[in-house]
Amino acid sequence: MAKGDPGVTTRGRRATPRTRKRASGDPELVQLLTPEGERIESVTGPDGIEYRADFTDEEYRGLYRDLVLVRKLDAEATALQRQGELGIWASLLGQEAAQVGSGRALRTQDMAFPTYREHGVLYCRGIDPIMPLGLFRGVDQGGWDPNEFKFNMYTIVIGAQTLHATGYAMGIAMDGKTGTDEGEAVIAYFGDGATSQGDVNEAFVWAGVFNAPMVFFCQNNQYAISEPLERQTRIPLYQRAAGFGFPGIRVDGNDVLATYAVTRTALDNARYGQGPSLIEAYTYRMGAHTTSDDPTRYRIASEVEAWQAKDPIARMKAFLTNQQLADADFFAEVDEQARRESVHLRERVLAMPNPEPDTLFDHVYPNGSPLLDQQREQFSRYLESFEGSAH
Amino acid sequence: MSRIKEFNLPDLGEGLTEGEILSWLVKVGDTIELNQPIVEVETAKAAVEIPAKWAGRVQAIFHSEGTTVEVGTPIIAIDTDPGAGPVDAPSTAAPGGDLPTPSAASLAAVEVAPAEGMVEPGLIGGPAPGGRTAVLVGYGPRTTAAKRRPRKGAVPEQAQPAAAPAPAAPVPTAPVPTAPAAGTNGHAAPTGGLVLAKPPVRKLAKDLGVDLRTLTGSGPQGSITREDVQRAASGAAPAELLAGAAPAVAAARFGADREQRIPVKGVRKLTAENMSRSAFTAPHVTEFLTVDVTRAMKALDRLRTRREWRDVRVSPLLLVAKAVLLAVRRHPMVNSTWAGDEIVVKEYVNLGIAAATERGLIVPNIKDAGRLSLRELADALTDLVQTAKAGRTSPADMSGGTLTITNVGVFGVDTGTPILPPGESAILAFGAVREMPWVHKGKVRPRQVTTLGLSFDHRIIDGELGSKFLRDVGDFLADPEAALLAWT
Repeated sequence: MAKGDPGVTTRGRRATPRTRKRASGDPELVQLLTPEGERIESVTGPDGIEYRADFTDEEYRGLYRDLVLVRKLDAEATALQRQGELGIWASLLGQEAAQVGSGRALRTQDMAFPTYREHGVLYCRGIDPIMPLGLFRGVDQGGWDPNEFKFNMYTIVIGAQTLHATGYAMGIAMDGKTGTDEGEAVIAYFGDGATSQGDVNEAFVWAGVFNAPMVFFCQNNQYAISEPLERQTRIPLYQRAAGFGFPGIRVDGNDVLATYAVTRTALDNARYGQGPSLIEAYTYRMGAHTTSDDPTRYRIASEVEAWQAKDPIARMKAFLTNQQLADADFFAEVDEQARRESVHLRERVLAMPNPEPDTLFDHVYPNGSPLLDQQREQFSRYLESFEGSAH
Repeated sequence: MSRIKEFNLPDLGEGLTEGEILSWLVKVGDTIELNQPIVEVETAKAAVEIPAKWAGRVQAIFHSEGTTVEVGTPIIAIDTDPGAGPVDAPSTAAPGGDLPTPSAASLAAVEVAPAEGMVEPGLIGGPAPGGRTAVLVGYGPRTTAAKRRPRKGAVPEQAQPAAAPAPAAPVPTAPVPTAPAAGTNGHAAPTGGLVLAKPPVRKLAKDLGVDLRTLTGSGPQGSITREDVQRAASGAAPAELLAGAAPAVAAARFGADREQRIPVKGVRKLTAENMSRSAFTAPHVTEFLTVDVTRAMKALDRLRTRREWRDVRVSPLLLVAKAVLLAVRRHPMVNSTWAGDEIVVKEYVNLGIAAATERGLIVPNIKDAGRLSLRELADALTDLVQTAKAGRTSPADMSGGTLTITNVGVFGVDTGTPILPPGESAILAFGAVREMPWVHKGKVRPRQVTTLGLSFDHRIIDGELGSKFLRDVGDFLADPEAALLAWT
């Protein structure tokens, strides 16, 4: 999909939480593409904003390609874990649209703070999908330069990144980098379980009070590992934003078009200096929490089947087919590309070198330290005491 | 690189040490694709399908369905270039794939997994007393192979097998990749209890290749000292440490003797351990009481007709549970634990209900059941049974029980002498409710009768207390209304 500014054409006016009217507990949902693949022209959200997403044919196909590739690469990583090549993997299966829709809504200058499951967002940022796999293979610490990619490091601690993101966003505002079309915005990803964390609530407070250019993007996949949503909250999650003084909205997280439209609007609001918002992308984790988890122990099959019918890729495919935007050749070509890229990814994962033992002394201090130098020296002497040592 | 590749069972969760082969989805001779599901494996955490790591043809399958396999053990061999003609050494794999261990010949062309490193007992990642694996935090015990290189300038006699001391010569990639129970250096079969040694001593032992389990400590409390380790490293070697170097002979499988060997594991193993532990530590006494429960059954019928109870499952077990809970209130000592030098009497009753499930016997309990109203108790019972039937009972549901009911009546028997769940002092067996001839108001009448069997820990509960408790349970079941009026 082309970068720049395609897509959302309308930026709605912004109502304050006080004056918004909404039936409490009503699971209102912004949706532009139904599970059957029917396109809805535009939707006026409960916040009074009209959401539209007008894409070119090429862009529609591009979104489909993203969804398929992201799913395939994720499946490959799951397979690699089952084959003992990764220590663990957190699959995004089922959440592709939430990640592609929001990831593609980001502009180049925007900054993203992921959890450990945002492989789809990472892909949409144009980052090589191999980048986080060293962490899961245990051959590196999962470090990269967040500034280079405008994509923070994967954060394992639940919810911690929302505070980092809020601080970053406050910095943007203080640097005067908001208020124009070129303004910067920050998006923080987290899950439904994280909303019970103190960190996330603190981030809400700070972002709200400081009017930080933030989008809190909650992928509500219904389970915090095994804990269902109803044990996390008494009201729909998006409604929590009202208490912190900024708008919240629920979008169909399996609808890539609606997710794109809602995220783009929220990001633009942030970049123009209108403060934070909370997006609840209503979706479902089709797989396990991680490869160490067995979801059949706490979910019933019929629930999974019901969500299967809302599959993000199937509805996009139905839409492209019905609108004659794509034919069988196109779908076959996308599948082939996905297969190629996944094989390529596998080969590169298997070829990842094991780190040298003394690299554990790297990156502790930016300019080193005499004590560490001494320890490194002792450690290499110890290693050299073995036969066949390369040192 | 060999064209035949063996796939070792990986750690499928975080820190798992073994998995059970549930079913093979391929057989020897099948052509398979990359990532095609080949086997379903159940671990302590989940049942998962493993996708093929290589495309090719299945050359051999090393473990049959139902086998529990250690992580790191080869489970399948795949010919990655089946088009290139026969393999040099013919495979002995039987069709249907049931090979206990690959023969040495079939392994000629096989790439060999590195031998596993030695892990000392008592250390994190090493086997702890009781066979558990000690893990504090993080990703669990080390399960991957760790090969140890020899130190430069190692003691010369290490090289001479005749005088070979304790440090099992650093194991070169052994010719037998499977046989988890075989080598000296697998972490299989931890023996002995906790080994006491300070961390630097453990480190020294590890570096010198001394197995701490083989030493007798001369330090305080029998701990192993630096000197002990050094002496062992330069002196005599326990012979058994070297003995395992020979390839293990696979255990023969019985077939002709008409006996089936069922591996003891999972729920069966746990049940066996608990039952033995309890039976041989707590002196059990069992008493019986036969009760006319006709009135109670009628009371249940009346309860069922009430509107607010319309959707509730009302069973005789509910009344028995209520009877036990009320009787405990009158005799709190029954709800207690023998803790060696003290007896812990509990105010709360976590009421265990023994349930037969597909996985075997489990005993989930209803937490703080004494505080529940009858209606809440009914709901909790229904929930407990349904959860157990669905196999979703969590470990938390099964821990912390204080008193248990076993409803053997559902199997149509009259009573039994139940064994106490460890840590509990009383268990009540509830037999079948039958219509029997019974003397009622001076005449023999058909009445609904059941037998209660109460086993209790005689260290805590004397015959008098046990009898009174059982009598109270019986009194309630004989006339619930009167008991309620009298006791509450």
